[in-house]
Amino acid sequence: MSNFFLENSDLQFQFNNLNIKDIVDLTENNYQQKKDFNYAPKDYEDAIENYRKVLEVVGDLAANDIAPRAAEVDNVGAVFENGKVHYANGTLENLKQLSQADMMGMILPHKYGGLNFPFTVYMMATEVVSRADASLMNIFGLQDIGDTIRKFGTDKQRDEFLPHFATGEYTGAMALTEPDAGSDLQAVKLSAYQDEKGNWFLRGVKRFITNGNGDVLLVLARSEQGTKDARGLSMFVCYGDKTVVVRRIEHKLGIHGSPTCELQFNDTPAQLVGVRKFGLIKYVLDLMYRARMGVSAQSLGISQAAYEEALKYAKEREQFGKSIYSLPVITNMLLDMKVSIESNRSLFYSAAKYVDKKEKLEEHIEKLKAQGKPFSEETAKLKHIIKVANFLTPITKYVLSESANKITYDALQIHGGTGYMKEFKVERLARDARITNIYEGTSQLQVVGASGGVINDVLGDFFDEKELKEYKGGLSRLANYLKEIRGIFKDSLKYVLDKKENSFQDAASKDLVELYSYIYIGYLILDEAEIEPRKVFIANRYIINSMANARKNAESIKNELFSDILHADKILV
Amino acid sequence: MYNSIVLVKQVPDTANISGKVMKEDGTVNRAKLPAIFNHEDKSALELALQIKDKFGGKVTAVTMGPARASDILRECLYMGADEVLLISDRKFAGADTLATSYVLSEAIKKVGDFDFIFAGRQAIDGDTAQVGPQTAEKINLPQITYAEEIIELSGKTVKIKRKIDGGHEILSAKLPVLVTVIKTAAEPRPFSAKRVMAYKNAKSLTDLESMAEGNSLLYVDALVHEYTSNSLFIPTMTMDDLKLDPARCGVNGSPTKVFKVESVVLAGGNHVTVEATKEGIGGLIDKLMEDHILG
Repeated sequence: MSNFFLENSDLQFQFNNLNIKDIVDLTENNYQQKKDFNYAPKDYEDAIENYRKVLEVVGDLAANDIAPRAAEVDNVGAVFENGKVHYANGTLENLKQLSQADMMGMILPHKYGGLNFPFTVYMMATEVVSRADASLMNIFGLQDIGDTIRKFGTDKQRDEFLPHFATGEYTGAMALTEPDAGSDLQAVKLSAYQDEKGNWFLRGVKRFITNGNGDVLLVLARSEQGTKDARGLSMFVCYGDKTVVVRRIEHKLGIHGSPTCELQFNDTPAQLVGVRKFGLIKYVLDLMYRARMGVSAQSLGISQAAYEEALKYAKEREQFGKSIYSLPVITNMLLDMKVSIESNRSLFYSAAKYVDKKEKLEEHIEKLKAQGKPFSEETAKLKHIIKVANFLTPITKYVLSESANKITYDALQIHGGTGYMKEFKVERLARDARITNIYEGTSQLQVVGASGGVINDVLGDFFDEKELKEYKGGLSRLANYLKEIRGIFKDSLKYVLDKKENSFQDAASKDLVELYSYIYIGYLILDEAEIEPRKVFIANRYIINSMANARKNAESIKNELFSDILHADKILV
Repeated sequence: MYNSIVLVKQVPDTANISGKVMKEDGTVNRAKLPAIFNHEDKSALELALQIKDKFGGKVTAVTMGPARASDILRECLYMGADEVLLISDRKFAGADTLATSYVLSEAIKKVGDFDFIFAGRQAIDGDTAQVGPQTAEKINLPQITYAEEIIELSGKTVKIKRKIDGGHEILSAKLPVLVTVIKTAAEPRPFSAKRVMAYKNAKSLTDLESMAEGNSLLYVDALVHEYTSNSLFIPTMTMDDLKLDPARCGVNGSPTKVFKVESVVLAGGNHVTVEATKEGIGGLIDKLMEDHILG
């Protein structure tokens, strides 16, 4: 029996080196819940054993049930008929099994029927599920909707919605995008108004809503009539009842199993979530954190699936009297893919832990406040963690989603002509990957999101510390390369800042962000290579490749590649 | 409300037999094969759980096997079984279907209070399909074998569709009844994450004994007490617990003796080209009828 968790040695490596005691201690509230829930862990080791066992179940389901259905799900897709959205049969089966396995409320607290897992572990499950069927992530990964209600809703709202999310009875959607408000969510128009009794209603149109046919919708709406910016927007929760009309679903390039809906809200009864006017600036930004991590997990899952296909095909396919696996050009491509996947995974779980820490610490501080205990130490810690998480989340989404496109592209290339045909899985993976660097914020927006942290050198202390550390043997050579890349980064940043030109800085930020990411990822893998000798190969290729790329990034900046943007009108004729 | 007992068996994963696990004499080296939950027994458990979901009641999974068979009992708990029972004794070794059904039937009498006994049609190692029927005979129960669907269940009567050669047969039976189940009867549900976490440390007496052996600070009795009070003890019954007749257990109670095991290698031989003409095909049909392949 195949298993996408147990048989993925790199994921096992990440799991075995999670070291998340601080996160789990906070998540489990010092292990007080065992008496009420017989499945709650009794200590950290027990919690880790729980996560391992449950991920084994997810890995089994993914490999033996979900993956075999993925081709049919892609082929049939979600269908819109007589005003109703129907999932593909395979999707329904998948959701039924995941619900039976208690997997639809992984991060919800025990008392609402959830598993109370840390976000990081939930992300591992999401990676595994995405590898089996990328489109399923768009429903499985919407567990964040429930979690957003948990974080910002009232007790009454929690009791009303969360238990139904945990059982899998409800699926959710977040309705943010509108025809004229995509990347620029400040322009949201959908109106929220109150009757004389103070009840809220929603009226207007949303577009490109993933799983918009879901049972419960989180809706970003303009509650302050006459306003035009983010401060007029609030967050609402409503049922997908008959007042919410699905007008159509999109015909997409990939992720066919996930319905993308256009929704019309006809005076839909709704409840305000959290505080008025904080819809975009607080709640959506918070939701986006985790949604972007979800898409990163999806990217990683697709990449893993594509790599497995390419490796298998390369070994089986014989040309020139031998398997193409042993042709150096092909071996080289496979190595590139493998190194990307492993370095991506290191970045991903590092980022996931920061997001996890941030959320757990925020809640812990709330608790301390409520108990009248001091919390200044925690607040200082949180401040730093938020800065890092704010950088790592967009950079992770940027790197992993771009990488998924490159990896599926190369995997298809290794298949040659057959890869272009529907009969082979890699064709679907290439289509599914294409959305990952677009939705939940395009790559271009992720660069903008990360560039603040880069310019302020948020990881400066971390890098300083690593530069002082002594790496042994071959690793010290690689550590020196990372120092060199940091030097290149500093020079490039100085060049950009000295120029004091906004358009130049905007265009150069992609190079700067990439430069900064090489250093961080480089150190992550270098540390991993100290634990596991095999990782030395990964570190070697990653860092040498980064060195070459860093020089290219720097050359673009210092030779002012982008200076012609000022003359774009003359060139773009 | 209906109570069910489900007979389950841990079997070698015969689907994954490779060259390495075949002995020279053509038999399988079981120690080298991964041990798995017999598929049709899992379907039997699923059917019992579906009855429980619909009508309420209790599901008890019972297995006879070596100590490591507690693996599949944990899996039964993960799927939703309320109770499990391991029947294990060195004296059971080498049991054929007659001896096995004797032990199982006595254990079932001990568990008591059931409306259904479910079992897989057959196990993938022996492929005899005899243990279910023999057990029913020994407890004097009606039996429906090769069950594919429960069509109706009300009061003390069940109507079941069973698979027969070339079609189906629908039978009614009075409860209690023993039912053997084929794989298509029910797709086994996945393990429940909560139950996995709750029962991952469930241990049988033998498990606890080997824990105590490896650590001088642990005492079996104290462990049994601790595991029982945490609902993590898998009850284990031996030949003596069941007050069985030693002459009817294990090798002693097994008239079936393996005479010879042959490794049959199927290989293609010479081939004959048949002309695609009336005469050619006619000749082929004559030859096939001669060999009793056709007709």
